[in-house]
Amino acid sequence: MKKVVNRVEDVVDEALEGFVAAFPQYLRRVAGTKVLTRARPKAEGLVGLVSGGGSGHEPAHGGYVGYGMLDAAVAGEVFTSPTPDQVLAGIRAASRGAGVLLIIKNYTGDVMNFEIAQEMAESEGIAVQSVVVNDDVAVDGSLYTTGRRGIAGTVFVHKAAGAAAQRGATLDEVRAAAEAAIAQVRSMGFAIAPCTVPAAGQPTFTLGEDEMELGIGIHGEPGTERRPVAPADELADVILGRLSEDLGLTEGCRLAAMVNGMGATPLLELAILARRTRQWAESAGHQLEAVWLGEFMTSLEMAGASISLVRLDDPLADLLAAPADTPALRQGVKHD
Amino acid sequence: MTSTQFRALWLEFHERVRVERDQLNRLDAAIGDADHGTNLDRGLQKVAACAADTTDHLAATCRQVGTVLLSTVGGASGALWGSALLRAAGALPDSDTCDTAAALAALGQGVSAIQARGHAELGDKTMLDVWLPSLEDLDRRLSAGAACGEAVAATAGRAAVLAQDTAPLQARRGRAAYLGPRSVGHVDPGSVSTALFWQALATVLARS
Repeated sequence: MKKVVNRVEDVVDEALEGFVAAFPQYLRRVAGTKVLTRARPKAEGLVGLVSGGGSGHEPAHGGYVGYGMLDAAVAGEVFTSPTPDQVLAGIRAASRGAGVLLIIKNYTGDVMNFEIAQEMAESEGIAVQSVVVNDDVAVDGSLYTTGRRGIAGTVFVHKAAGAAAQRGATLDEVRAAAEAAIAQVRSMGFAIAPCTVPAAGQPTFTLGEDEMELGIGIHGEPGTERRPVAPADELADVILGRLSEDLGLTEGCRLAAMVNGMGATPLLELAILARRTRQWAESAGHQLEAVWLGEFMTSLEMAGASISLVRLDDPLADLLAAPADTPALRQGVKHD
Repeated sequence: MTSTQFRALWLEFHERVRVERDQLNRLDAAIGDADHGTNLDRGLQKVAACAADTTDHLAATCRQVGTVLLSTVGGASGALWGSALLRAAGALPDSDTCDTAAALAALGQGVSAIQARGHAELGDKTMLDVWLPSLEDLDRRLSAGAACGEAVAATAGRAAVLAQDTAPLQARRGRAAYLGPRSVGHVDPGSVSTALFWQALATVLARS
């Protein structure tokens, strides 16, 4: 295993220190925790937003802490959900007197640990609500009671809820905005090379020279189907077809898309997927109003990508287009 | 049960998990993410260290064990064990000793908390596949007039069998559920560690 680390047990801690070192204008570390919070907290009386999960998905989740998105991000060990005391520290840091919304990705451990933290915070008198993101169409929700996983589409939810909160929406309204986004977002990913969890030292699976995994999650787990590698356009078409079918898209829908790198796929190649996404939308008669291109929710150094689609209506389009100023997402910010 | 026995129970449970850590990780590697033994060992090590420093009564000690597990184990296991212990503490007295009925009530409350937190049912290939039938087994033996220590020892033996019986089940909860039919044929690691808890309880009761 070759990694740019010091001691494997210090990876998460030192990375959090590094994010604060690089973005002091955005981020603070809550002392003694693995929580990153806003350097300049939002005004009193606004709803706070907390998300988080295992580490290894950078820039998620700390990269989205800032104006118009999250107020605190809670990091667990690599691919392991954070514990309730850590989430509670995040809730306290995010609370500005109007309640706190938790944005949770649908994994058993994440849901339980965030729920416990929610109960602890409520017993301290903080109003807390939560939403669970389950955008991964590769996992058939009807087969398993655990339901679909939460993957890259979660960042759209951070954006929509964050914009609503920043504008002064109530906790109920922010939660409704998050749920509206969750109802309309779908994602699916593929890998052409696995990743290695630092503490494990071994790749999470092996692939032949001409093989790929379709339907991967974001924890280095294998996908739902192993198949021969295919040209970029063909991959994009397969995924967009699945997303479209699952969303029940008919002609003329308003959409936003995200082409998300898994950690080791160059922007050069991701851009080819973005190109095909626009071609697909035009040929299907949809209005593609935004394409987010880059690394939003990675899986360490896995090579591959995911594509997300979100169906827009006026309120959701407006929330996604609203200003945000965070280490990993900056848009619509006024300047000279 | 006395508070001294209760603390000894967690030292004994930690020792058993420490010995079986790599095996628990191997079981987890097959259907999860290969860290069940490591995570539980880390949490119980902290519990053991705290237990050595405390002389609190039963309820407070139980609450402390739950809080430590909740903040050190991580993942679903930490949430489930932590929730169980915090709920069980409510059924234990603020004193250094409790009768069998109170201890049974605490166990029952703990298992209810696991059900409430995880929403799993019997047959989902989770720790409940050991907890629920083990509790029934113990109840039956005690109702039939068995002595407490003997009944727990017999139930511990039954728990080990129940853990192995999770192999043919298809997981419907937790990360193993994403594997669908590929989870069949593997023993559930959370069930195996639960059986280790029963064995630890039997060992501690047999000492007195």
